[in-house]
Order: sequence, then C-alpha cells, then structure tokens
Amino acid sequence: MSVATQDAPAAAEPAKRKRAPEHRPGLSRWLPYLLLAPAVLLELLIHIIPMLVGIWMSFVKLTKFFIANWSAAPWAGLGNYKVAIDFDNAVGEGLLKSFGVTIAFSLITVAASWILGMAAAVALQPTFRGRSIVRTLFLVPYALPAYAGILTWNFMLQRDTGFVNHVLVDNLGLTSNRPFWLIGGNALTSLIVVATWKLWTFAFLTLMAGLQSIPRDLYEAASVDGAGNIRQWRNITLPSLRPVNLVLVLVLFLWTFSDFNTPYVLFGTAQPPAGDLITFHIYNASFLTWNFGTGAAMSVLLLIFLMIVTGIYLFVTGRRSRRA
Amino acid sequence: MRLRSLVAAAAVTALGISLAACGGSDSGDSSGDSSGGDQTLTYWASNQGTSLDNDKEVLTPVLNKFTQETGIKVNLEVIGWNDLQTRIQTAITSGQAPDVVNIGNTWAASLQATDAFLPFDNDAMTAIGGKDKFVPTALATGGKEGTDPTSVPLYGLAYGLYYNKAMFAAAGVQPPKTWEEMVAAAQKLTVPAKKQYGMAIAAGSYTENVHFAFINAAQNGADWFDKDGKPTFTGDGNVQGVLRYLDLMQKDKVANPSNAQYDNGTKSVNDFATKKVAMIINQNNADSSIVANGMKSSEYGVVPFPAPQGAANQTASHVAGINLSVFKNTKHKDAALKFVKYMTDEGTQTTLGKPFASLPVLKDAKPVFTDNAEEAATFSDIYNTKSKPLPLVPAEDQFESTVGKAMNAMFAKIATGGTVTADDVKAALKTAEDQVAASS
Repeated sequence: MSVATQDAPAAAEPAKRKRAPEHRPGLSRWLPYLLLAPAVLLELLIHIIPMLVGIWMSFVKLTKFFIANWSAAPWAGLGNYKVAIDFDNAVGEGLLKSFGVTIAFSLITVAASWILGMAAAVALQPTFRGRSIVRTLFLVPYALPAYAGILTWNFMLQRDTGFVNHVLVDNLGLTSNRPFWLIGGNALTSLIVVATWKLWTFAFLTLMAGLQSIPRDLYEAASVDGAGNIRQWRNITLPSLRPVNLVLVLVLFLWTFSDFNTPYVLFGTAQPPAGDLITFHIYNASFLTWNFGTGAAMSVLLLIFLMIVTGIYLFVTGRRSRRA
Repeated sequence: MRLRSLVAAAAVTALGISLAACGGSDSGDSSGDSSGGDQTLTYWASNQGTSLDNDKEVLTPVLNKFTQETGIKVNLEVIGWNDLQTRIQTAITSGQAPDVVNIGNTWAASLQATDAFLPFDNDAMTAIGGKDKFVPTALATGGKEGTDPTSVPLYGLAYGLYYNKAMFAAAGVQPPKTWEEMVAAAQKLTVPAKKQYGMAIAAGSYTENVHFAFINAAQNGADWFDKDGKPTFTGDGNVQGVLRYLDLMQKDKVANPSNAQYDNGTKSVNDFATKKVAMIINQNNADSSIVANGMKSSEYGVVPFPAPQGAANQTASHVAGINLSVFKNTKHKDAALKFVKYMTDEGTQTTLGKPFASLPVLKDAKPVFTDNAEEAATFSDIYNTKSKPLPLVPAEDQFESTVGKAMNAMFAKIATGGTVTADDVKAALKTAEDQVAASS
C-alpha cells in the first residue's frame, strides 16, 4: 500500500523527483530519530529512569527518616545488600524462603500452563462444529480483568462460604473437615491453580497460532507412513513449534516469577508464608517497614537473577538451535 | 515527497501531543498547589462511617458550614483504610500532598519521624484552641513524648467486650470481670454442632492482632520497646500475652478456626450482629455496623476487656482513634490550622460523634455515639482510665506489621491443625524483633 502511493507520484512527476535529493539528506537524517523520539522518550521516562533511580535507592539508607527529603539520605554502600543476603538474619532468611517458594511456584505454573495450552491447542486443531465457541470460551480468563478474576477465586476459596469447599465437602463428601485454601500449606496450591488459570490461555493462544503454520501435508505423509497421533505430535508438532516454545517458555517464566497481582489480590494483607512470592515480599519489605533502600536492593538482586537466567537460557537454546 | 512530509508532520504532531500530555499533567498538579488565591484546602479523610459514600454524606454539610464561616473551600477525599497509609507515604515521598490528612493515631510517632508534618508548637497549638481543650491521654498519642506533636486527636476510640444479653441469660452466665470468667462463659456458649461460638476474633487481621498482643502484654506489665526505643519483643510477659490470646482458638477453642481468615474487624462484628457468636472485643465504632445489621442497641452490653485474675495491670484497650495532621509544605498554613480548630471544636465533635460512633477527644465532653447511657459510660471509663497508648516510637509501624503478621501466621497454623507453644511464640517474636532491628 505505502509502496504504491510512493511510486505513483514519483513516476508521474519526474521533474519534482529531481529536486528531491537536495532536501533528502536533511530530512532523511532526522526523520528516523524524529519517529523514534516519542518511543525513546517514553521508554526513558517509564523504564530506564525509574530503573536507575531504583539502583541508586539500593545504595542509600532510604528509611522513613529520609523519604520526605531523598537527597539527605546517607550513603549505605553495600549495606542494604548485606542485610538482604545475610541468611542468618531474619530479613535475609525471609528473602531466601520467599525465593524458594517463588521458584517452585514458577516452575509448576509454567509447566502446568504449557501442558494445558498445548493440549487445548492440539485438541482444537481439527475442525468441528462449535470449535470457535470453545476457543472463545478458553480465552475468557485472558480477557477478564485480572482483579475481577482473582477476586472471584478469593470468594470461591473461602473456607466456610466458598464454592470449592461446597463442592468438595458438601456435594462430593470427599472430606469431613473443611480445608483452608488461602492460609496454611494449601495456599501455594491455590496460588498455582489461580496463576495457571490466568496464564494458560496465553500459552494456548500462542501455540494455536504456531500450529497453523505447520503444513498439513506433513501430517498426511506421516499417517500414510503409519505414524500414530502421539508419534506425529512428538516428531512433527513439537520440532516445528520449537521456535515458538523457546519464546513462550521464557516469557511465561518471567511473567510468573514476577507476578504481583495474583498474591496481592488473592491474599490481601494476610498473605501466608506458603504463598509469599518474591515480588510481594519485596513490596512488604519496602512499604510495610518503610525501608525503601533494602527493598530496592532486593529488587536489584531479583533483576540480576532474572537477567542471568534469561542469559543462560538464550545461550543454551541458541547454541542448540545452531547445532541442529 | 508529499508522503514524507505528511509522515514528518504526523511524527511532529505525535511528539507534540506526548509532550503536551506531560505538560498537561504538570500544569494539572501545579494548579492544584497554586490555588492559594481562592484558598482551597485538600482534605483526606479516613473511612469512619459505614462506607466511603456514607463518610462523604456525613462530612459534606460539616465542611460546607466551615466554608460559610471562613470562606475557605475544602476539597474532600475519603480514603479507605487499605490505601490510606500507602497514599500518605506516596504523598510524603513525592511532596504532592494534601493540606490536612487523617491518620491512625498509632502511626503518629512513625509519621512524625518523616519530618513531613507541621509540628504543633505553641503558636500552632494556640491557633487551634490550645492544648488544654484535649483529653491529655488522647493528645499524648500525637507524637513522641517530649516533642511538639505533629498530630492532634480527632476521633477517640477504645476497645470493649461486647456481649449478647439474650445468649448470656440463656446460658446463665454473667458479664465477665476477669479473663478466666470470659473464657468460661465463652466455653459455655460454644456449641459447634449449632455452629455457635463463644467469640469471634479477627485472627487474620494483622492490625487487630497486634492491638491484642499489645493489650495482653500490657496486662502482664510488659512493654514492647525500652526507653531508648529498642524492641524488647521476646520478654516473658510479651510471649505469655500473645499466647493467651492465641489460646482462645487453640486451647480454649471458643473461636471458630475459620476466624483465621478474618482479615478485618467487620467480619467478626457481623458474626456478632447476626448472633452467630456471643462476644466480640471491638472498638466502639462497631456500633454503627451492629445496628446496620439489625441488632438493637438494647440487645447487647459492653464491659471492659478483662485482664486475668491478679494481673499486673488492668489495661483494657490502647488509646485508639484518628488524629489530624497538617503537611509541612502546605501553602495554606493559616487556613489549615483554622480547619483543624473547626474540626476539633465542640460543635463539630458533637455533630460527628454520633454518625462515626466516636468518643469525644475534648475534656468534659459527653459521648454522643450511643443512646445507651450505660454503654457510653463504660466506653468513656475505658478510654479515660483503662487505656494505654501504643509505643510512641518511630518504629511503631514496624512493630505493628511484624508482630501482627507473625500472629496471623500463628493463628493460621492453629486453624490448620498445628500447635503453637510458648517457644514457638518466642521464636516468632524474635524474628519480628530482628526485622525491626535490621531496618532501624
């Protein structure tokens, strides 16, 4: 479209075109920058500057005595980091526990989301009546505002009045003792279920798009050769989706690891130790104790960890791709 | 060529819009600040009534009267308790603050430490009507001892033990005078088969929990901070006080384990008002919720929250309530002080006492929050003679969050079938103490 409009006047008015080179250097030198400027400006404002401020905060003693006048906050050097990673101390120990919970939460949630997404995408691959309705239904968790969805889960998971216990205890009679879902050991399970419910449709959507690009005749040839469904999935679907999966798993992991909304809305101010995800832990460390320096140090540590994980992941998967 | 200039024009416009947008928000903020000429105060009120809208309805005529008397307009925003502390923090950090703000009086010393609030020195105190008009214990919550307070009392609150008269009569028990009597009565009134319990407690609310850690420890004669402001959480009196309260669910079994999920006081108040439980320990502002749930004021009685027999101290409450603070960077200091004077004068206190179910913070003022004379007398007595202020130290907020959350976790452990011993309590309080020490 844009090519056509550009060429048409150029061919029709050769005279004008001759004059163009004189103007072009000035304009074409600046145009790219001009076009990029809003994006760069916003990127600076929204990402880079706050990140740099965060890093600066991690090196100062920014407690309640100084939040009204940041510039007066004394330099702390690595003090905040020392507190955060001193695992013999209550603060460091808490951070380490929270880190462990978050790792377990992320791994299980990503695996569950991927398996569900893959199963649904494969199941909806052949055309059948009502397929688009089912697809649309599957997208509901993704379309729903996160707060509304998680809040509904919060109601459903209440011990006395919740729908989950109503079904498990009153209707099915699986247990006589009403279990707690939002406090105690079950809290992690609840958190994983809710996060997976929220996330798996994204995996489904991405994998479904990926499946569309696999040529149908590959499957036809395979079935002529006598390959069953599982064999086809393992030898055709999975390798063809490799590039999609590489990105998908990374994105799912990063999102899950830094998930804040789910624990925040699900547990409110009464978050249980079993559901103490790291972003929420850092939020509490900063806002409840008003110690923004330590909170910032923890955030920087989290940033470094995620960068290392991403780096290793890209390095390993990149090398494998090149070899293959 | 034509296309290029079009694109360039579009890009420039886009840039212009985004810049204008930035400029727009700036000018929006500064116009809020620089409206000094027509004297408009921004006032952040806390949630005292049955809802944020209810607060607005109650306050609007009161603020209109102030505008009529002084010509100063007041821009009201009512903020829920879940957001208020964070909003104030953000305001302090950014400097984009309202002029006058409500604070929970237990935050007073912590907020004073930020140096963002106007100290009520002699001049300021005179401007609002002199310090002698306030109840001394209420005024003492305004800031650290021996300093000019940065907040003054606005609404007074105190804990009381509410009991259901009919349920007590049916079980043949008397209103308790000691902790032991309270537990015995609660046990008699606990009938799990009927889903009836002796008490409801907000065991999942860290703010409620920490108040009871404080009151129970105070009854044991224990303090949470020493004279230098250092935490002393692991003292025996503190450990035993916390354990006594936890035992209501653990050993005495007079509270439904589900209470471990009650993350605010309203839930236990509702259980009481709907007659699922016979007792609650709540601040006097429970009255409006109880009545809203259909229980008449004549159906319940109130006695002071009792201490164990032979206790070191008869403390029945902390000096609870809401204070008023003025941000130091206000451009309308005089107007703000006039407003504080108006909100704390006798007329306004009387007008607001009833809808907000608050106790008067003024000397010799009569409580108007209830028509029940006996209840009014009981709460006045608790507030004036049986209340102790929470620690007036900068680390008070950390005490609330660390000890309160530790108690949440211990209640959760009990509710899910675990056991919490005195050693466990001590270990949990040690962790809380370390957290406070690490960040002070």
